[in-house]
Amino acid sequence: MNDLAATFPMIADLLSGRQPGLWAIVGLSLKVSALATLVASVLALPLAAVIALFDFRGRDLLITVLNALMGLPAVVVGLLVYLLLSRAGPLGPLGILFTPSAMVIAQAILVLPLVTALARQILEDSLRELGPYLRSLKASRANLVLTVLAESRLSLLTALLAGFGRAAAEVGAVMIVGGNIEGVTRTMTTAIALETSKGDLALALSLGFILIAVVLAVNACAQWLRVRAHATLG
Amino acid sequence: MQRLVEPPASLALDALGFSAGGQSIVKPVTLVLPLSGRTIVLGPNGAGKSTLLQLIHGMLPPDHGSVGIRQPGAADRPVGAHELGFVLQRPVMLARSVLENVTHALAVRGVARVERGSRAQHVLARVGLAALASRPARRLSGGEQQRLAVARVMAAEPACLLLDEPTAHLDPGATASIERLLRDWSAAGTGFVMSTHDLGQARRLADQIIFMHRGEVIEFSPANRFFAAPETEIGARFLAGDILE
Repeated sequence: MNDLAATFPMIADLLSGRQPGLWAIVGLSLKVSALATLVASVLALPLAAVIALFDFRGRDLLITVLNALMGLPAVVVGLLVYLLLSRAGPLGPLGILFTPSAMVIAQAILVLPLVTALARQILEDSLRELGPYLRSLKASRANLVLTVLAESRLSLLTALLAGFGRAAAEVGAVMIVGGNIEGVTRTMTTAIALETSKGDLALALSLGFILIAVVLAVNACAQWLRVRAHATLG
Repeated sequence: MQRLVEPPASLALDALGFSAGGQSIVKPVTLVLPLSGRTIVLGPNGAGKSTLLQLIHGMLPPDHGSVGIRQPGAADRPVGAHELGFVLQRPVMLARSVLENVTHALAVRGVARVERGSRAQHVLARVGLAALASRPARRLSGGEQQRLAVARVMAAEPACLLLDEPTAHLDPGATASIERLLRDWSAAGTGFVMSTHDLGQARRLADQIIFMHRGEVIEFSPANRFFAAPETEIGARFLAGDILE
């Protein structure tokens, strides 16, 4: 309880700027998570579109695998990326282990199946709704794909937010491949883990509340966009 | 715009049929429908009316027979990709403005970008939706949405319109406005083939009737003859209000 009571003055202290490293940590967390979501989306959205809108052999198996991968343990991904990027690993010569780039790669791998699975479901639902209309227009396959993607854009934003949320909350993988180096690869979640292990629970909790507030703010912006778009487009 | 097919042309159905799961949904039917006519496909629910319309349009590929355009003095030819327009029973509105719903349909049908705006405005004026052009289409009433659905199809100037029970979910006022549009367009040369199970609507609109029951075309005759003296007992029972099994 004492730790909880000490949390709120500490949050105020952290936010006042008297802890110079805090904003760098917040900034790095947001940057790594946003970049990871972006990288994952570049792959996930086309993949989701192919699975949702085309029929091909092995489609059901691919869906099952993607759904299973949504529960991919972060530490396992971290370990695999570590092995890939370590000096003896196949991507060792890149020299990016213990850098934010390695953290982006690990988080992107974690986010990819989640965004793909959510986007696939969104696009399938959209196709079910729009399919009869587009068939009645004898729309080409390209027109069908473009229309379904365009009409699903607001819902796809939710899938991206879910991906961002998973990336921002993740600690195991970034700890392994980033190393939690102060000023270089320390993020909100690795800082929370560190302070917890040091026994400074008040500071860990304060960082936790700030992280929740940041994620809430990002989601609130996205929700505002959705409401505005809904008012304009119906 | 030059019409793709100049009347008097007809839709020629040659043994057109469809089966699914070993069951005949539409038994092979051969008949000729004038493109500029007002044809009503009449019958109880489950008679195969919607399937027949989808087969004529090409949304549903037939597993039997074919549909072609027949013109005097020429061999039948395949129906062009955009010669027939189709209006669904429940309109599907895109999450865009009324105007953009029409321009999207024109874009899908390959109309040049420079033409889309003016054609959309023109057709919206004809269906009485010009004042709502910038409104989100999904905010329209059911009747307005169905008028927009008809406008989207008519903007592409098809030779004939196929409508699958377009007023089944509308109130009498909205139904009357759709019927008025169809009458106006048919008077201007664009005919329609429309399914309904509403006898009153069939009497108001039809100049010929296709009467279906259990996937089979039972009668195909001029509307006045069908309503005055149906050729079959089942047609007479339907007109008398019997519930057909």
